[in-house]
Amino acid sequence: MASIARCLRAARPSAFAAVRSSVSRTVAARPFSVTASNEIRKYTKEHEWIDLAADKKTGVIGISEYAAKALGDLVYVELPEEGRTVNKGDAIGAVESVKSAADINAPVSCKITQINLVLEEKPGNLNQVPEDDSHGGGWIAKVQVDEQGLQDFEALMDSEQYNEFTATEEH
Amino acid sequence: MQSTRSSALSRALSTAVRSHRHTAKRYSSSIAILSQRRQSLPQQQQPHGILSRPVYTPISRNQIRHASTAAPSPDDLQKTPLYDLHLAHGGKMVPFGGFHMPVQYSSLGVAQSHLFTRSHASLFDVSHMVQRIITGPGAAAFLERITPSDCKGLEPHKSTLSAFMTLDGKGGISDDTIITKLAEEKFYVVTNAGCREKDNMYIDREMAKWNTEMGHENLRVKEEQLDGWGLVALQGPKAEEILQGVLAEEVDLKKLLFGGSVFATVKYDGKVGGPLLISRGGYTGEDGFEISIPPAETVGITEAFLAAGPEKIQLAGLGARDSLRLEAGMCLYGHELHDGITPVEAGLSWIIPKERRSENAGYYGADVIAKQLVPRSKGGAGVHRRRIGLLVEGAPARDGAEIVSRSEDGKEVVSLGTVTSGCPSPSLGKNIAMGYIKDGFHKAGTEVDVLVRGRPRKAVVTKMPFVPTKYWKGITPA
Repeated sequence: MASIARCLRAARPSAFAAVRSSVSRTVAARPFSVTASNEIRKYTKEHEWIDLAADKKTGVIGISEYAAKALGDLVYVELPEEGRTVNKGDAIGAVESVKSAADINAPVSCKITQINLVLEEKPGNLNQVPEDDSHGGGWIAKVQVDEQGLQDFEALMDSEQYNEFTATEEH
Repeated sequence: MQSTRSSALSRALSTAVRSHRHTAKRYSSSIAILSQRRQSLPQQQQPHGILSRPVYTPISRNQIRHASTAAPSPDDLQKTPLYDLHLAHGGKMVPFGGFHMPVQYSSLGVAQSHLFTRSHASLFDVSHMVQRIITGPGAAAFLERITPSDCKGLEPHKSTLSAFMTLDGKGGISDDTIITKLAEEKFYVVTNAGCREKDNMYIDREMAKWNTEMGHENLRVKEEQLDGWGLVALQGPKAEEILQGVLAEEVDLKKLLFGGSVFATVKYDGKVGGPLLISRGGYTGEDGFEISIPPAETVGITEAFLAAGPEKIQLAGLGARDSLRLEAGMCLYGHELHDGITPVEAGLSWIIPKERRSENAGYYGADVIAKQLVPRSKGGAGVHRRRIGLLVEGAPARDGAEIVSRSEDGKEVVSLGTVTSGCPSPSLGKNIAMGYIKDGFHKAGTEVDVLVRGRPRKAVVTKMPFVPTKYWKGITPA
């Protein structure tokens, strides 16, 4: 799937090696998704990402590579509630490392349709492949997006803008 | 407190501002720990978005007052003598106690650094802490007025955990401290960085009062601070071996027991440094040493320790320091301890020796403490809340999470207390926490719930330390 290439492109140099090594371990076992090329990924200032499918009705959400690296080893993930309808910015879950707890906020108004239960057993996937939306990836949830959600989506940053944003936030 | 939903990264990169506010909020409620909690807590226990909520909250009330009006700018922060060394080792610097301090280093994550300390050794820069020398013919008596410790009876070169008692006489802890007797009229007193200004005012005022009292003409005391000096903590099972390799003179470290200290010279850079005050103890639960080093020698001597090699010793930051002390069941001022908590409530009655347990023991708050030391069942005042340890299922419970009764069919859930520190324990793979709970619910094995993000999580009161401590107390006879 495209998210690997995308991860590599999006990753800042310091995060690059970690991403590449984790990818090389998992790539053989996992077929690429065929839909990804049609998706558009955008980012929030709170470091969530959302892939919107070509039909502009469904999407996948997660936390950014930048955030996963900055948070350090994640040991616990609280997943969103399936079926819940949320507004942009609502806390829908949390990720926790030894030293911190962080909310996952809804990047857009949406309905949670599926959650990544693998993360309950393997929260470390969030560190290894946070922007991977395949099985074994660090995606958080699949969502349905309505008109409001679509408007929210349009206002988010694309990966280039997000990289600039995180580069300035570093200082 | 600001909105719990504002931009997460900006918050993460200005940890000082946010964590000051967070601490201030916690203070305001924890003083009324068993009464007004409900209205204030749901906000507090919310994490704040990705990249937020560090546990290394600054801890002085002075700072909190300061922060409530204006955030300290990074320019106001001081640097320890090891600042450049931290940067050279990839230290991720954060504001703490008025200093730029490393929270972790690029070589190891917090959990890895934590485990490395338990299996090998870590070196922590704790130079931000305040090193004070209190001298004079009245030094011991003076310290016995402001603390409940037996400073006159303390043997030379022995240390004790102690507390500066609040001046209002209510038995609260104004700061916690380690007091080491260097000589009959000379004490080495280490206090928290975050309480620096508060402690300075406290000591200045008390010393001026003491020195001008009738009958104290021959009991004057004075204080000197070791400004700019280094203080490093060498902690872990390899600590003794590493220290031994650096000593320039014959010292039998097997005879230097936990709580003891010695002056010794060290080799570094082809020179002999010191003599340095080396105290056996620390804040991790491991065997280890805290070493006080003059300013000009701090970098060289620290590098001499690190020369033992990365397979034996690593630098460790505030992140690992916090999770290590939590596993060891140790208090952090501003979390478990503050002006409104007494040593008895904090489970620190053991710092008060038998001969200082009467109402007229002569330290601030002695009458309150003496009554609290006797349980209600024996006619005393006892305490209404106690510091406890918890193992929490599922989500880690952190500072501010509410402790409630276990929800059972038909029973009303009641509030029992508040978590003051918590994290996933790297050593145990379980969530550990400390907090205050209503007296009666403090016994090990008591089942309660803790509210994390508004949802009850099962927790059980657990004896501390969570991980057995490994202090060096000599060779135990077989």
